[in-house]
Amino acid sequence: MTDQNNKTNLILRAQNLSKSFGGVKAVVSVSFDLHEGELLGVIGPNGSGKTTLVNLITGFLKPDRGKIEYKGQDITGWTPYRIARIGIARTFQMIRPFAELPSFKNLIIPLYSPRVKALSGGKYGDLDAVAKDYLEEVGFERESSVTYKPAGSLPHGYLKRLELAKCLALRADLIILDELFSGLSIAELASIVPIIEKLVSEGKTVIMIEHRLRELFRIADRVVVLNYGSVIADGIPSEIMEKPEVRKAYLGSE
Amino acid sequence: MKQRRKERIDRGIKARSDDVFSLNSFREMLYVAVPPLAPVLILLILPLELPSYWQKVLVSTCVFALLAMSWDFLVGVGMVSLGQALFFGVGAYIAGISNKILGLPIWIDIPIATVLGGAICAVLLTPVLRLRGVYFSMVTLVLPLMLERIVEASGAFGGTEGISGITPFPNSYTESYLIVFATLFALFAFRRLVTTDYGLVLKAIKDNDRAVMSVGINIYWMKAQALFISGCVGAFCGAFITHVYGFVGMPSFALDYSILPLSSAVVGGMGTFAGSFLGAFILVPLSEALRGIGGLRIVLYSFFLVFFIVALPEGIFHYIQRKYQQFERWVEVDK
Amino acid sequence: MWEVAIIYGFINSVILALTALGFSLTFGISGVPNFAYGAMYIFAGFVSWLLLNKLELPFFASALIAIAFTAILGAAMYRFVLLRVRGLVISEVIATFGVGLIILELFRYLGFSGFEYTLPVFSDGSLLIGHTYVDYQRLWIVGVGILLAIGLYFFTHHTKIGLAFRGIAQDEHTALSLGINSDRIAGLSVAFGSGLAAVAAILILPRGTISVNDGYDVLINAMAVCIIGGLGSSVGVVLASFIIGYAQIMTDILSGPQWKMIISLIAILVILVVKPSGLLGKQKELEERI
Repeated sequence: MTDQNNKTNLILRAQNLSKSFGGVKAVVSVSFDLHEGELLGVIGPNGSGKTTLVNLITGFLKPDRGKIEYKGQDITGWTPYRIARIGIARTFQMIRPFAELPSFKNLIIPLYSPRVKALSGGKYGDLDAVAKDYLEEVGFERESSVTYKPAGSLPHGYLKRLELAKCLALRADLIILDELFSGLSIAELASIVPIIEKLVSEGKTVIMIEHRLRELFRIADRVVVLNYGSVIADGIPSEIMEKPEVRKAYLGSE
Repeated sequence: MKQRRKERIDRGIKARSDDVFSLNSFREMLYVAVPPLAPVLILLILPLELPSYWQKVLVSTCVFALLAMSWDFLVGVGMVSLGQALFFGVGAYIAGISNKILGLPIWIDIPIATVLGGAICAVLLTPVLRLRGVYFSMVTLVLPLMLERIVEASGAFGGTEGISGITPFPNSYTESYLIVFATLFALFAFRRLVTTDYGLVLKAIKDNDRAVMSVGINIYWMKAQALFISGCVGAFCGAFITHVYGFVGMPSFALDYSILPLSSAVVGGMGTFAGSFLGAFILVPLSEALRGIGGLRIVLYSFFLVFFIVALPEGIFHYIQRKYQQFERWVEVDK
Repeated sequence: MWEVAIIYGFINSVILALTALGFSLTFGISGVPNFAYGAMYIFAGFVSWLLLNKLELPFFASALIAIAFTAILGAAMYRFVLLRVRGLVISEVIATFGVGLIILELFRYLGFSGFEYTLPVFSDGSLLIGHTYVDYQRLWIVGVGILLAIGLYFFTHHTKIGLAFRGIAQDEHTALSLGINSDRIAGLSVAFGSGLAAVAAILILPRGTISVNDGYDVLINAMAVCIIGGLGSSVGVVLASFIIGYAQIMTDILSGPQWKMIISLIAILVILVVKPSGLLGKQKELEERI
């Protein structure tokens, strides 16, 4: 928290994060900084520890070693709900919506969060209406059938948007998207990318774990490459694939 | 090849009366009003009409309906209890002790037993909430049986003799109407609760606890609250029965209080509360009618339990509800 | 006095471990919570009694047949009940619990209670160890218990089916892709666990009369040991058995037998607060703990 501050505000700092599962080292001494308003891409071959890293940051796993600071506060070892309350939202790789509930009712859960309650002055109000507002923001047409359909029957593209809407509804400052693009068609991507770009332009900070490099490189400000749990490269997208160690890690897998 | 498929379509009257503002015939009003009003009217009239023996059956039916609803509520949050007897027994003993030993009047010791019992059960079970799956079932199964053995072996609270001479209710009408009102209140309150935002969050915990946690909701605290609510209902039943029998003892932790509610909820249909209610009103009087078979009672409940959970997991209530709201027809489909 | 405590503590621990191993093993392999476990135990006892007294088979034969029948009962429960609700934890719990109740309460209804329901001991007499008499039956229990533990270890580490068991336990998806039929293995694991309950019954029941209530007690004890040791961990189960086994004997000697159950209860509550997954619980951090 010293000389880094003069560029923009540091929002997240990971220092020497390590985690192993019974002998398998999933994340090895990972360090990186993240500044407000940045869109950071995290890439790496399968099993390189990307999702473990997300779980470490969001408190679903406790690091064996290392430290995580969010807005200058040490949040290492906090419970997931405490971390969410200070403004870190995430999506899951395996999207499991509350399938029987209508789409907009899915947003009641984040809207019920103590964070949202505190931000809206300590009272909940009519959450249904607010939920529909957020759905509109991610491209659900207001009062259309998709808003009322059970979330379990939504097409894939809408499910991903619903996940985004949950992060918005939580009014998070840092949003971590775990493989949001996977399984989306080009058309669906074209409709979801602008939503993410809009988020960043509004000052939100975003971390994207991605396998779809081309789409990611188009929007990311910076990319971190993981391999066997370690950071092997950290730089701007146009240069990252030129690095020999990155090419080596991806050879054969991409 | 032609094949057939069952098609279900909402009845016209259901579609018309779903919108509350457009009830425009007496028939539609009845269609909407009968299902919720029928149990209310029946329960309010029954205590006046029944002979005193069947009044006792009604009382115990209501108690089991309450226990079944409290079980159903926990299942809705993802906790499968095999020991509603724990809630029941804790409530029963608190009522017995505060009435007989502390000398509190009946109208004070029942509320105390309800709230304190719910709190004790929630505190006892809170540590299990950190684990998914069968742990909750294992611990809830073990605790009441262990408490029973401990009371037996240590002689605490009257030991095998129990505590007798507890103040009875002033008359049988007070007794019947108290439990009838409690049951109806719980039925409608639970049904209302699960549709509120709070109830939605509780249900979401069952579906996907990590997603709920990731938006900043402390699921352990929410589950502890659910335990408290369910525990209060169970403890109330215990306290109530203690005053009906004028006695509290080891049987309060008996397996009956765990199994019958479970069977009622499963047979009636989980997740609706009306199912639990219906299930209890089928099984308890049935077992009274079949009193001749004595010990076969639990076998019968258990058989219903296994049969319904394997073959008809939706339960009776869902079936009736479907028939009431939809009609079915076979349509041919091309394969 | 300490000699008594040490010897009887050991015996008590082996008994606890014997009664809990089957439950833990089934759960460890296939994730099936067999709440009918206590019923299997009693079933084995009564079947072997019936074979012995009604058909007048020799004890050894009736014991073996009873063990086989119990294993078949376990397999049948899997095939006809559990298979239909596989993967739905709520239904699995309720269904096995229900099956257990049907078996136990049916025996009670059919009048299986009284002093005539006893199984013979393997051999009469007792042995003087130091200054403490220990009857041969208890020595049998300890001996067979230890042999069984060693046998199980070799079975799971060196036989084909044992390795398949462990494969499923560790990673069901990988095992499936290797051609291991997880449904069959799960069925076998339930049968196997039930068989172990039967072995425990044949060994332990001769110490007294067979009563239906023992079924519930066995279930409670098995649960207690599994909760404390950690579900699915056989080493944890043995460790927990020795902790509770000795703790029970110590409280028995120091303050009387009525406090034995309290020790188990306190142990459960303490372990749940301190380490909810049990001493050696193999809870996968993300999947089962929340």
